[in-house]
Amino acid sequence: MPDLHEHEHGHDHAPGHAPPQPDETIHSYYQLLGLAMKELLIEKGVFTAEEMRAAIEARDAIEPAQGARVVARAWSDPAYKARLLADGPAAVREMGIDPGETHLIVVENTPQLHNVIVCTLCSCYPRQIIGLPPSWYKSREYRARIVREPRAVLKEFGTELPEHVELRVHDSTADMRYLVLPMQPSGSEGAGPDALAALVTRDCMIGVTVPKLG
Amino acid sequence: MAERFSPGETVRIREAYPPGHIRTPVYVRGKVGVVTRPFGRFRNPETLAIGRDGYPEKMLYEVRFLQKDLWPDYRGSGSDTLLLDIYEHWLERAS
Repeated sequence: MPDLHEHEHGHDHAPGHAPPQPDETIHSYYQLLGLAMKELLIEKGVFTAEEMRAAIEARDAIEPAQGARVVARAWSDPAYKARLLADGPAAVREMGIDPGETHLIVVENTPQLHNVIVCTLCSCYPRQIIGLPPSWYKSREYRARIVREPRAVLKEFGTELPEHVELRVHDSTADMRYLVLPMQPSGSEGAGPDALAALVTRDCMIGVTVPKLG
Repeated sequence: MAERFSPGETVRIREAYPPGHIRTPVYVRGKVGVVTRPFGRFRNPETLAIGRDGYPEKMLYEVRFLQKDLWPDYRGSGSDTLLLDIYEHWLERAS
């Protein structure tokens, strides 16, 4: 077997090494418009490049685990759950989470009711609470099909709902942002807050799946 | 400032197709649902989108539809529902 890598240049190649690819070209009109706007705002001193970078970094740092802590508290504290369902922003503030301007509506799953969220018009999502949405949430396919054939979509996510359970789709068409409060899986009673929060994934809070033990 | 519609009231979404930025999905236009709760007043996204201030504010409601009323060939449970947020000027009394 001939050695195809004969050149000597003083560094190690990782297996599967590929030459660096150029960045994707930005094509869309709105991407260009966004970049032009950003440059103008910086040039005019409305904000600095550093402020913009820091704002993006702070937004990207919000993780679903933050929402999972809220769910875990609601599972083990009925009074907190009542406050969360009545006034989402106030209840997440109690947990040290800044909801910003988010009009947070928490919707509760029960043995008779399963909630799932979508934004058919764009990509509205409770970003301030659980971070950026997954790419499939923003896809046209999910947005079109979850309102049209939600049971088929849930099944593709591995979630089969019994016929007697009402499946309720929330289309975030305006100012409200929805977060699903999943049901606590049986067998997890008495677990501590961290163990409970570990059961709650992003997809549970969107409503395409349910928390599972193990 | 009072709400024009109350929870439990049957409403029809206006079947209108004006140009511009409209946050009433096409799939509910002309459909009949039930008001579940008012959410309060919010600036109008249709005028905000064209650089105006969004005033006067519009009352926003949560409206519930039965899936089988939205999609005649809906496959799923007859009790499955879809809820969305609709501004008052898109609602008409249907009962």
